[in-house]
Formats: sequence, C-alpha cells, structure tokens
Amino acid sequence: MSVPVEREQIAGAPVPTAVPWQRAAEYVLVIATLVEVAIFAFAAPGFFSVANALNIALSIAVTGILAVGATAVILTAGIDLSVGSVVALTGVTGAMAAAASGMPALAALAVALIVGTATGVVNGTLIAYFRVQPFIATLALLTIARGLAFIISGGRSIGNLGPTFGILGRSLVFGIPTPVIVMAIVMIAGAFVLKRTVFGRHIYAIGGNTEAAWLAGINVRWVIWLVYVLNGALSGLGGLTLASRLGAGVPDAGLQYELDVIAAVVVGGTSLFGGRGTIAGTLWGTVFIGVLMNGLNLANVDPYVQKIALGVVIVLAAVGDELTRKKRAAW
Amino acid sequence: MELVAQSLVKRYPGVLALDGVSITVRGSEVHAVAGENGAGKSTLMQLLSGAITPDGGTITVDGREVRFASPHDAHALGIRMIHQELSLVPELSVAENIFLGAEPARRGMVDRARQRREARAVLDRLGQTSLDTDARIDDLSLAARQMTEIAKSVSQRARVLIMDEPTAILAHEETEALFAVIAQLSAEGVAIVYISHRLEEIFRIASRVTVLRDGRLVTSASLGELSRGEIVRLMVGRELSAGYPRATQPPGEEILRVERLSSGPVRDATLALRRGEIVGLVGLVGAGRTELARAIFGAEPTTAGAMFVDGAPYRPRSPHDAIAAGLALLPEDRKRQGLVLEATIRENTSLPSLRALVRAGMARAAAAVRGRPASAMPVLSRAGVVNRARERGEVTRWVEALKVRTPSVERPARQLSGGNQQKVVVARWLLAHSHILLVDEPTRGIDVGAKAEIYALMRRLADEGAAILMISSDLPEALGMADRLLVMRGGRIVGELSRAEATPERVASLILGESSAA
Repeated sequence: MSVPVEREQIAGAPVPTAVPWQRAAEYVLVIATLVEVAIFAFAAPGFFSVANALNIALSIAVTGILAVGATAVILTAGIDLSVGSVVALTGVTGAMAAAASGMPALAALAVALIVGTATGVVNGTLIAYFRVQPFIATLALLTIARGLAFIISGGRSIGNLGPTFGILGRSLVFGIPTPVIVMAIVMIAGAFVLKRTVFGRHIYAIGGNTEAAWLAGINVRWVIWLVYVLNGALSGLGGLTLASRLGAGVPDAGLQYELDVIAAVVVGGTSLFGGRGTIAGTLWGTVFIGVLMNGLNLANVDPYVQKIALGVVIVLAAVGDELTRKKRAAW
Repeated sequence: MELVAQSLVKRYPGVLALDGVSITVRGSEVHAVAGENGAGKSTLMQLLSGAITPDGGTITVDGREVRFASPHDAHALGIRMIHQELSLVPELSVAENIFLGAEPARRGMVDRARQRREARAVLDRLGQTSLDTDARIDDLSLAARQMTEIAKSVSQRARVLIMDEPTAILAHEETEALFAVIAQLSAEGVAIVYISHRLEEIFRIASRVTVLRDGRLVTSASLGELSRGEIVRLMVGRELSAGYPRATQPPGEEILRVERLSSGPVRDATLALRRGEIVGLVGLVGAGRTELARAIFGAEPTTAGAMFVDGAPYRPRSPHDAIAAGLALLPEDRKRQGLVLEATIRENTSLPSLRALVRAGMARAAAAVRGRPASAMPVLSRAGVVNRARERGEVTRWVEALKVRTPSVERPARQLSGGNQQKVVVARWLLAHSHILLVDEPTRGIDVGAKAEIYALMRRLADEGAAILMISSDLPEALGMADRLLVMRGGRIVGELSRAEATPERVASLILGESSAA
C-alpha cells in the first residue's frame, strides 16, 4: 500500500518509556514506605527490629488476603462492602464445623471456603445477572451476613476448638507466621491471574471500557460473576485465618474490615472507576498503612489521631489518583 | 447584535478540525451552516458557544473581542446552543428546567409560584400553550423536551441560538411547530444559527448559508444567490471518483444473508453480502443504519427475521456469538465502543482472540468460508494463561502490516491519533480472522491522509475475500468505495443501487425521501 504519510506522529512525543504510568503509584508508595520506616526507626522505640517487622506482617495478613479479592472487584468498577461481615460468618461457621468434626482444621477450612464462596455467588448473581448496583447488593449482604453470624452462633464466641484449629492463624513456617505465608501465596496467585491469564485481561478490559469489552466478544456478566465468587472464597479464607488466630469464631469479628480493605486498595493506586490498578500496588498500600498504624502505636500516638492519619493518607491517595487521570470531567 | 468570528483555528491530535473559518451572524437572521460530516460544523458551533476554546482567530460580539472560557461566558452574552443530546435534567419539571441555575428566589427559597408563572409566559410566547409547566421531562416527547430547551434559552435572554440538527429527532408536524418558533424568535430579533443536512429545510427557513468543507470555509452567501445543486457541489467539492480504490474482480459467493430483520427502529431489513465486495449503507442520522449493523452483530435484540452465515442459520445472542461466526463490528465511536483506551495496543488488538472457545469457533468459520485450515489460527493462550511472547509477535505483525504509527505495541491506545486507533481496531479483527466486517463510519474524525490508508486497507481486505458492509454519512466516500449501495430511511432499506446507478442526485433523493425516489 502506497499512501501519504500521516502528519501526526507519536514517535517524537515526550512519553516516558521506562516507567509505565500505571506503576507510578507503586514507586511513590515504595518510597513513601521507606521514608515512613526511616522516620519511625528514630521516633518509635522498638520499631526497627525483625520481631516488629514480623509483627507488622502478621497484622496486615488478613487485610492483605481480602485486598486481593477487593482489587479484582474494584478493577471491574465494582465494590464489596460485605467482606467484614463475611469474615465473621465464615469464621463462625468454620469454628462450628471444627467443633463438630474429628478433623477440625480441614473441616473448618472446607466450610469457611464453601460459605465464603456462597456469599460470593449471591453478590455476583445479584450484580452480574440482576444488575443490582454493587454498592447496594453488597451493602445488603453486609447486614445479612452479620445477622446470620449472630444467629448461627447464638451471639457467642465459639472457642475451645483444640490445637489444630490454630494452625492457620498461629503457627510459624520457618519462623514466619503462617498467615503471612498465606497472604504471600494469595498475592502471588492474584497477581498471576490478573497479569497473565485471559480472565485477568478480561477483568481489566471490562473495567476500562465495558461496552468495548462486550463488543469484543467478552462475556461480561460471567467475568463479573466469577470475580465476586472468587472474592467470596478469599473472604472465607481471610475469615478463617482470623478465627484461627483468635482461636474462636467470633460473630462481631471483622467489623469495618471493608473500609480497611478498600483503603489499602485505593492507597495502592487502584482506581474506583475500574480498569486501573495492580496487586503490587495493593501490597504496598497494605504495607504502608500497616507500618503507619504500627509505628504510630509504638510512638504512643493517640489512637484517635491514628484514625485521622489514615484518613489523611486516603485523601492524599485519592487526590493523587485524580490528578494523574488523563481524562478529567469538564467541571 | 452582531457575532463575528474571524479565522478560527481548532486543532485536535492528528486533525486540523477547523482551518481559518470566519462567519458573521446578525440579529434576526436565520443563518444555516451546511457541510458534510467532518466538515467542521460542530467544531465551529462549539467554539461559538464556548464549549471549546480556539487555537487561533478571534470572536467579537457587537465589535468587542471576547474569549469564552466556558459555555457560561457565552451565556452571559446571550449566545446559547441547543444540543442534539439535550441538556435537561430528566427528573425535574419543565418549569424547574427552564429556570435551572437562574431560579427566582426569595430569601434563599425557590419561589415556585413565580417560577411556574414565568415559565408559562415564556412557553405561551413560543406558542406552546399545551405544554404543562409541571410535567416531568422524563414523561415528555423529544419534541417537547426540545421546546423546553429553547424556552430555557429564551427565558435567559438568548440573542443567538445555535441549533445542531434540531429536526433529526422530530416528526413532520413537530418540525413545522419548530419552524414556527424559529420564525417567531427571528421576528423578535434573535439570530438563529441552524446546522442541518437537510437542504430543503435550509431553503425554507434560512436567509444565509455558510458552507464548510474539510475544516475550511467554502462560501458564505445569501440563499437567493445559490441553487440547491450549487450548494451540494460546494459541500462535496471533490471529484467523486478520485482516490478510491476499485474492486479488481467480481464478487464471489454470498456469505451473509439477512432476511426481513426487525430490531429497534429497523424494520424488515433484507440484504446479502458476498465475498470480495464492499456494500455501502447510507442514510440520514437516525435512519437505523447503526442499529442494523449492531443487530447483525448480536448487540441489539431482534424482534423478527432470520440471518444466515455461509448458508447456515445464524442467531447471535451476543457479540460473542457473532465473532465466533466470523463477524466483526468496527463501531462509529472508537473511543467509547471500540477501544479500551488505557490498555495497550497489544491488549486491545488481541482482546477477542485470547479465548480458546472463541478461537475454535472462528477457526471453523475461517476454514469453512475462506478455505483456510483451522490450524492457521494463532494459539494465544493455553489453559487460560496468555502466551505473551506469541501474543506480542502476532499483534506486532498486524500492527506493522497496517502501518500503525507507534514506537511500540506497549503504548496505551489513548496516545494514538484517530486514524491509528481505527487501524488498531482493524488489526484486532484481522488477528481474529474475521471475514464479514461491519464498518460504521470508518473514517469519521480521521485525517485526509489516514483516510486514504483506510480505504486502501478495506479494498485489500475485500480483494482477499472479506465481505464488508460500510456505513457512511460521507456521500462521496460511499459512492467512491461501495460496489453496491443500500439506502436506509426511517428504519427501512428503501433502495439498492449498483455502482453505475448510484449518481449523487439519485442517492441523495433516496436518502431524503423525495418524490423522485427510484
């Protein structure tokens, strides 16, 4: 084809090539975390030690597990508010299964995963097939799952489950707390699914432009459904990990976890509008907040001030996201 | 009132949308702006109404130079645009919309009685005595909404009203009512800038006409000085046959058949596509062309009719089914419907070809229709995991073959010009081995040079055995590219013309539905 050359050229445009802009949030966060660590190393007694590092890792493990599912959900421009209640429901049902079974750890794991998946099926079906807004569907499940957790447990903690129940939450592997190992596995698996698989590609495409994704032949409803189902399964895993650490299924466990999880994902650079974000970003968002809370604690900062600090971090992340958006609203 | 624009220039990435256009609008005149799609009419109107800012040139109002930072600034000087997509709040009443942003208030509370009274007065002045001020916009016809929009402008002392294709959404009597209102406003001293494709309307209501072509001013004259034929020639300008690649061989066997299909506004559409041919589909905006293409692609539900691909029944429930049968849709709105702008060129190109299931269907279709072995389909994923090296290789091959101008397939699609974005969408369907292409306004918003490339590309695909249905509002383009032309009007296919039969006059009269329709 012999054709005239188009005037506009990309080649000369000043576009950074080495650092794709998607990763900018991650780099900023890594640096911010290092700065944070340096400050607390001086300001907070007992902060800069291996023991405290493991302490921080353990403190963010459950949030980290849940944040992987939340990242996928938010990438589709959805939201899950029910995660905290599902943590309680799966913890309670897992604990009851452990109490009733000869193999407490396995029974608890199986039941927690099944119950968590079931909540995901409910969310996914409402959102993908009945077109209920994710905010509303998961808000409903937030109250329903919490109510169920109290009814099933009779409002009491379900404890005395024997030593094996605590394996997932309290044991160490090569000196590292098991929940941290679980979080690492879930994050690596989540990053692989989002980055390397067809399913992951479809998640980004749907979040980026649902109409275009559908017209390119993607089964949008199925992908969204599956995202919520997998998110539910991860909520079950997170719920059981927490129950195992506590040594009991507690009906008011996981209160306001949905907010911690969303905060970690958003601070990690994932856009609530969908289509933008990574698991690496979510990891750093989780770590940054975990270090902040731990350091402020050790520095004896008033817990109420800690809450304000977290709020400020969320605001900064949101403003940063808005400023880096290429297409902004006209107003 | 005198609104004068001098040498306005507006540039978009890759396109010079407006190249030194001047226009003078005076009170009481109805000033028509004519031109093909892409001629720059909308850009000019957006500049005059403050929606966008010019890259060059000046605008003066009553001799004083002005700069509009937003539509708000233009409103302050009495210049308002009535949008095609109306800017009313559907949940509010007629009166509330008329006074939106300028509510009559007493001590911070909206004076609802006064609002209603003044709305009534404005509507009555426009002869809209039967339009209820308390009706919710949601419950009103499009014509009534348009009247509300006009009343809103008038109530806020508009001196220049810009109307963009106002009759496109109106029935015949509604159009008459609108013309009456335009005459009334004109008599009151309001200037009307009237954009329309419909020449008979221009001749009926306008006193002056400004003709644009390819972003440039062609002429501005009193309507008495120009005949209809002259305006058409000025709008079209170019030699009709120049630069369009012709078919090198007669078309092959039929591969898509649509029989008496109804869907949304589309009624009883029957058509067939054969290998190797480009079939043009022309008609006014709103004639149902896009809806027909979307219905064939499984993107709109059908209410009646049947379709066949390569003789076998074809019933797409979603685009997914259509793609598996070898179809592709290149949508009119590339940014909203074609591309995931934040994703890379690689990801955009491979999007439909990643899944094994789709691939199997496409391979079967390709094997059946093109006689290609199914094994020729690239395998881009295994067990759900993308083979990125192969993906990149395949994408790069197509991106290079189509001469997409980018340093790397890893760039976001957002950074490409319109023409290159269109090529990425084409590359996507070539990688997917699609061979029935439904192409909606393939060159809209694309630079002249890139247009020629797209034309050559479409012709090459047809020569290689693809069947192409090309929707175009650009008449010379449709006449130049199409081997056969279908004309739609009011949801129906009202004519089919061979290349030899398709003279501009004949096609235009079929499109407009005039008495001489063949």
